[in-house]
Amino acid sequence: MAREAYITGVGQSEVGVRLTRHPLLLTLDAAKEAIAEAGLTFGQIDGVFSFPGKVNGYLAFSPVGTDEVIEALGIKSKWQMGGMEQPAQLSAIGMAAWAVKQGICRHVLCFRTVYEAGGMADPATYMPPRPDTVSGASQWTSPFWATSAACWTAQYAARHVHKYGLTREQLGQIAINGSKNAMLNPRARAITKAELTLDTYMSARMISTPLCLYDCDRFSDASTVVIVSAGDALDEIKCEPIRIAAMSGSVDRYSWDQVEWPAAYDAGRDLWQHTDYTIDDVDTVQFYDGFAYLPITWLEGLGFCEKGEGGRFIEGGTRIARNGELPLNTAGGQLGAGRLHGFGFAHEAVTQLRGNAGERQIPGDPKVAVATSGGGPLAAALLLAKD
Amino acid sequence: MSPPRPRPKLDQENTAFWTGGAEGELRIVHCGDCGQYTHPPRVLCRHCQSENIAASAVAGTGVIDTFTINHQPWAKDLPVPYVIARVALDGVPGVYLTTNIVNCPVDAVAFGDPVRVLFEEQDGIFYPLFERAI
Repeated sequence: MAREAYITGVGQSEVGVRLTRHPLLLTLDAAKEAIAEAGLTFGQIDGVFSFPGKVNGYLAFSPVGTDEVIEALGIKSKWQMGGMEQPAQLSAIGMAAWAVKQGICRHVLCFRTVYEAGGMADPATYMPPRPDTVSGASQWTSPFWATSAACWTAQYAARHVHKYGLTREQLGQIAINGSKNAMLNPRARAITKAELTLDTYMSARMISTPLCLYDCDRFSDASTVVIVSAGDALDEIKCEPIRIAAMSGSVDRYSWDQVEWPAAYDAGRDLWQHTDYTIDDVDTVQFYDGFAYLPITWLEGLGFCEKGEGGRFIEGGTRIARNGELPLNTAGGQLGAGRLHGFGFAHEAVTQLRGNAGERQIPGDPKVAVATSGGGPLAAALLLAKD
Repeated sequence: MSPPRPRPKLDQENTAFWTGGAEGELRIVHCGDCGQYTHPPRVLCRHCQSENIAASAVAGTGVIDTFTINHQPWAKDLPVPYVIARVALDGVPGVYLTTNIVNCPVDAVAFGDPVRVLFEEQDGIFYPLFERAI
């Protein structure tokens, strides 16, 4: 019988904009909450995995790496990993699942810490030096002032508009739904102060057509921790374990402009090859929404609707609301609750499946959730089940 | 005054692409064995892994595959709006270039528009931009 991997403790620091608390301390806050929920001590953690690891050239983007977490939390780690060259953010959790399934680790601490707002207060430390030259993948976009992933994602979204008729009123439902849910999420208070209305959305300034200001997530400061435990180590755990029932990833070349559609279509289709669950079993979805267009690619890629039908699927917002047939981004997503960079989706899926979501808890007794990450040519998805 | 465009760091793989405009040529890596093109440029063919490759001049025409009108000034004093497009190159199947569509109002650009290359030089780098060929 193959070992199973479970998400046990989850934790999250305060989420803010321009927090002064050091990012390693934010990581500590999230880690303490996660081990407390699991009933573990740092001494029982034997692996530390992250995406993308410490990025020394741009600490605001990723200020904390696995080395210093191991050192600072007094962890005796058998296996660690941090790196950008993974399908997408949640693949760090997927790799941790492999480590426990292989019997290499028993309890792996996975984390993602961001300091993209706070870092602006100390640019010399946290922000990248202004480069004189560009190389690698960015040389194919930056010279044409396609500087941001917003511009690259906009090109995919524009094709969806052109080919399938996606409207701004439809697209706006992602941010509007996110803001409604964020209003019920105590950790989103620094990010969302009021519900977004369709009128406000429609009159927002454009960033890169068809994406407007509200379609782009906002730099935030926070840490999110997810502990992955081996199935044969659950007797050490005091919280309800959530099984990683399946996972999938896809990188369709690492060139945003050489692929026609985001990798969510491949990773979405592949997820169902590794499970007996089907989309009919899914009670809630937590889809990466660094840009509002991306959840549409996950809806279509995972098969909740046909390709091209995503806009009509979310039209009016009732279907994806907390009391709808497929509650989406119930903590607010990154648009509503801050740019936690992927890990927030796993955190919220687990929180909902445990019935711990307080005012924003979805009705019924949810048992199966999908959490996704990535955009453009990279994607990773987790199927999480209480079973 | 527009800020200077970010400058690609020239290396063995990309120099032919970024300097071909000096001779008025848009150069894409072409395989002498299988005949297919590789972009971004590499020292080998991404289709058959042959090392018998060379940067070859292509027609320099294409069609707009998708595009966005960018309104956000990503650099100080950068004039907006401007069009960022993905151009499918004629005769170079499977290769696309991210570029700017210039010499027309931003709202004149449409999917499927035929375009042709023009080069904007800045300190020895020849940026391949495109204009509508209608």
